[in-house]
Amino acid sequence: MSTFPWLTVAGAVPLVGAIAIALTPGRSAAGSPADRRARDLLVKRLALVFSLITLALTIVIAVKFRPGGPRFQFQQVYQWIPQFGVHYAVGVDGIALVLILMSTVLMPVVVLASWNDVEEVAASTASAAPGRRARRGRSAKSYFAMMLVLETMMIGVFAATDVFLFYVFFEAMLVPMYFMIGSYGVGQRQYAAVKFLLYSLLGGLLMLVAVIALYVYSTHGGHQGTFLFTRLSHLALSPTTQKWLFLGFFIAFAIKAPLWPFHTWLPDAATSAQPGAAVLLVGVLDKVGTFGMIRYCLDLFPSAAHFFTPLVIVLSVVGVLYGAVVAIGQADIKRLIAYTSVSHMGLITLGIFAMTSQGQAGATLYMVNHGFATGALFILAGFMVSRRKSHLIADYGGVQKVAPVLAGLFLIAGLAGLALPGLSTFVSEFLVLVGTFTRYEAAAVLATVGIILAAIYILWMYQRTMTGPVRAEVANMPDLKARELWAVAPLIALIVVLGVYPKPALDIINPAVHSTLVGVHSRDPVPPHPASASARQASTTSLVQHGRGQRGQTLRKQGSSA
Amino acid sequence: MTGSVHAALVPHAAALASLHATGIQAAAGLLLAFPLAGAVILLLGGKRTNSWGHLVGVAMPVLAFAYGVAAFVQMLGYPAAQRSRELTLYQFIDVGRFQVPFGLRLDPLSICFVLLITGVGSLIHIFAVGYMSHDPDRRRFFGYMNLFVAAMLLLVLADNYLLLYTGWEGVGLASYLLIGFWQYKDSAAVAAKKAFVANRVGDAGLSLAIMLMFFQFGSVTFTGVFGAAPKASNGVVTAIGLLLLLGACGKSAQLPLQSWLLDAMEGPTPVSALIHAATMVTAGVYLIVRSGPIFNLTPDARLAVAIVGAATLLFGGIIGCAKDDIKKSLAGSTMSQIGYMTLAAGLGPAGYIFAIAQLLAHGFFKATLFLTAGSVKHEMNDEVDMRRFGGLRVAMPITFGAFFCAYLAIIGIPPFSAFFTKDPIIEAAFSRGGVSGALLGTAALIGAGITSLYMTRMLLMTFTGRRRWDEGQHPHEAPPVMIWPAILLAAGSLAAGAIFIIGSRLQDFLGPVIGVPPVSHGIFTVYGWAGLALVIAAAGLAFVLYGRREVPVAAPAANPFTVAARKDLYGDAINEGLLMRPGQWLTRLSVYFDNRGVDGLVNTVAAAFGGSSGRMRKVQTGFVRSYALSMLVGAVLLVGTFLLVRL
Repeated sequence: MSTFPWLTVAGAVPLVGAIAIALTPGRSAAGSPADRRARDLLVKRLALVFSLITLALTIVIAVKFRPGGPRFQFQQVYQWIPQFGVHYAVGVDGIALVLILMSTVLMPVVVLASWNDVEEVAASTASAAPGRRARRGRSAKSYFAMMLVLETMMIGVFAATDVFLFYVFFEAMLVPMYFMIGSYGVGQRQYAAVKFLLYSLLGGLLMLVAVIALYVYSTHGGHQGTFLFTRLSHLALSPTTQKWLFLGFFIAFAIKAPLWPFHTWLPDAATSAQPGAAVLLVGVLDKVGTFGMIRYCLDLFPSAAHFFTPLVIVLSVVGVLYGAVVAIGQADIKRLIAYTSVSHMGLITLGIFAMTSQGQAGATLYMVNHGFATGALFILAGFMVSRRKSHLIADYGGVQKVAPVLAGLFLIAGLAGLALPGLSTFVSEFLVLVGTFTRYEAAAVLATVGIILAAIYILWMYQRTMTGPVRAEVANMPDLKARELWAVAPLIALIVVLGVYPKPALDIINPAVHSTLVGVHSRDPVPPHPASASARQASTTSLVQHGRGQRGQTLRKQGSSA
Repeated sequence: MTGSVHAALVPHAAALASLHATGIQAAAGLLLAFPLAGAVILLLGGKRTNSWGHLVGVAMPVLAFAYGVAAFVQMLGYPAAQRSRELTLYQFIDVGRFQVPFGLRLDPLSICFVLLITGVGSLIHIFAVGYMSHDPDRRRFFGYMNLFVAAMLLLVLADNYLLLYTGWEGVGLASYLLIGFWQYKDSAAVAAKKAFVANRVGDAGLSLAIMLMFFQFGSVTFTGVFGAAPKASNGVVTAIGLLLLLGACGKSAQLPLQSWLLDAMEGPTPVSALIHAATMVTAGVYLIVRSGPIFNLTPDARLAVAIVGAATLLFGGIIGCAKDDIKKSLAGSTMSQIGYMTLAAGLGPAGYIFAIAQLLAHGFFKATLFLTAGSVKHEMNDEVDMRRFGGLRVAMPITFGAFFCAYLAIIGIPPFSAFFTKDPIIEAAFSRGGVSGALLGTAALIGAGITSLYMTRMLLMTFTGRRRWDEGQHPHEAPPVMIWPAILLAAGSLAAGAIFIIGSRLQDFLGPVIGVPPVSHGIFTVYGWAGLALVIAAAGLAFVLYGRREVPVAAPAANPFTVAARKDLYGDAINEGLLMRPGQWLTRLSVYFDNRGVDGLVNTVAAAFGGSSGRMRKVQTGFVRSYALSMLVGAVLLVGTFLLVRL
């Protein structure tokens, strides 16, 4: 493997972009409104270019990644604070890799989708309170710079293989997101931002304690203390210790995910954030929680993970149903989408804690698919809201007639939300359900009720906004502009392609899930009455396989000649 | 009874060993590719394709049909035991033991459906060129129709349950789009959503069945599941059977998931023809017959299937008798006829053949009925109330002729279709024996009379008697593009039953896949005669009621039974009372709870920690400092405690 620091470079590029944006002339510089617009345009173009470069770099990483190779690849380990055994250590396994890819795909999309959001917020605030127009920090420049800073942190949080480094990124992410909601949001943005911050703060605090405690335990027996994940995962901890430390990490991740009943910050934050920020919040930041569960809670504390599994399963199932039922009752389109995420995140945690290869591979794939599907839904809802200036579902009706492209894409994104087969979310959702069923039948049956509820909340929303007679207020609503179409088309394309052909993603994810399951000492349940054909197949296939197609064919040939 | 089941297991077992598709059949992916390409071109092509889009839309199912015929001919060239062929396009999902190939299976059962879907489907597409000629969105319409055909073909060609499920939900999506095609009408949008949600309930059943299969057998392919099913316990197999039945009820509009079908008439008429004749509602019957090796193992699940079928055939027939809307009356008829198929499928190997025979014959006559009804509606300026028809025989003679052929076929006048396909079902139900056999048989027998009643009523009200339409309407014969498909289908309606049943052609063809009835009956039996007598009596009754007497333009006041039938036997009211209302309350309660309960609690705790909202604001203003400080203090405190208690 080449020694080029791919991950560090990919993570640093957005930061460089943010610095470049910071160096452009600011809003306070003299100039006509036309000059100011030109400067804003430069900022946006810089943000787009740097996010695209980052995407290209992560695609290179994905291509060079060997699914059959060692668990962590592109590793780099440097001492950072030697006194405390803190390292700058990065590396990716399949799970982290697909999440990084998801984040870097979403970033240019979000940049494009947010193109005019800052001006709109500024305009609406200016009209509401003319005297406060020149408020500090409300500029396209800082908004897009923060977005890029956030991208660096997102890559960092998934790539970190040092628990302390992970913690730093985990907490630092809050800062740009806090400002993106609090300063650039709409409605009760400050309330929402503080709520988001306080919740995360509480979780972060508990995690910090657990992180420090892990360090303390790593020094036991006269060892040099460490925060390196690879060494901590071999730490022998007593079951009681594991339980407490598990809880420290888990509550932080459960708030982040969010898992019911820690979810109430999400609808407020997602509703108050601009659509682009909401995509990053729900699409990426939430996944840090579920990623943390699978990486840290399971690998570091296997026995505690098993101990708490029943609890997590129950909370997940409640979340699936509760999120769906509350989503049905929402009158605000962004809140509705936020609650569907609560439901879907419940499915993801369900899949993780089912501790089967289908459940965890499905959950990981779901994290990616959910990022794309909900991202598309938030962005398209945002386009609609920016035209009609209302979040309320009741203010729409008949949009399909006047803006068919917007409505069509919204429907596809919505269908991805209800996990229609042929779209990517179906593969992941079914894997989660089937993986759960083999261990916890009742939980899977209850969660399956969620797919009926999903049809209700998505189609009812579509019916109320898009169909029926055209309302006078939307009669002149323009259809999608080229920029908007380009922003959302890649997501729709990915949703379809991964729905028909999920193999590339699953090939990367499977080995990582396998090592997680080995780490947590869990094996897939064996079917009581295995079908002969599949038993044969299972005995000849390992998790990391090459040339599966040929082997499958020879098998079938044998079958046919028999 | 059990003996017959075991006897029927043998051909199934023989069908398990599948061979590779070769020659023309190796390109079976084309069956999916043609209509899918049509859908993609028409839906992504935009306005550019407006002028020629419908031609592409028609060409694609026709090409698929041509390919289907070629594959069928090739299949006939193989010996009977080697007609099941499989083809894997690529590995769809591959996670641990969960192996799902994108695999297709060409066997006599699937090829029957392929020919029905593409053949009847093509004719409906051709009809739609004329029917939709004035609609500005005709291109989009054909895009959805092609999508429908593609999804249905995937459903019947899949060699595993997950892929079948993909087609299954694809059909649900296409029907959603088509029922709601005129979605600027609220009623259409609501009907579309209702169809999808009702189907989703069934889909949940099917997906649970798939999960249970994987859990028990580690496989979701037909080969794997059918091979392993005999080893499983009776309870498991029955559970799988009942879950599959739930799925079938959704798609095939059987009780208790029937209510969407009547509202589905909101779609353009060709959609109704496609849903009722060639696709969608037949999917449930296909699922049960395809899963025969499972149902053969579980008499309980089979009885449930038969009961659902018998109940629905009466339920749908009664609704069909009471409706004045010609399309809704036909929808009731579909429920009823599908009920026959479900009943037959529930009889196990004794009925599978007849379920499929009835299904194929029904494809012809129901398509004819819907196309002719569509022509009538088209010529009558979208009027569908039969009380405002009358005497159309003169204005639309060819349409009337086609309708009359289908009429003879559906009520089962020998030697036309349903006589051959329905009577064996009645017989097989009776020969099941016992109380259940007598009840099921009686239901099927009465159903034959009801069929005759509502069909004769429809015929008389629409085509005979005095003209009850306004002076402004000038109905005349539909254009050739709409007439010819109906004529071809009418010819098929008349002949299909005899071709299938006489000389056991269909039985010999399908037998190796789905088993043959343990006892073969003659064509003219005592039940056949009894059924025929009932049919004629019912037709006579309808003539007395609607042919001899003047049909009032306004629906007369009626007895409670008729009122109930007009209201779909309160299907919607029951759903509303049992599901919708409680659901609404649950939703409202949850939203309230979430705002006040969960969030309120959290805010209270936050306020308790923060002291007051004033403190909150302070946290907000100097948040970085406070954050860092509180983090540090908290961490120190907790770590201290941690080390002190020495966990």
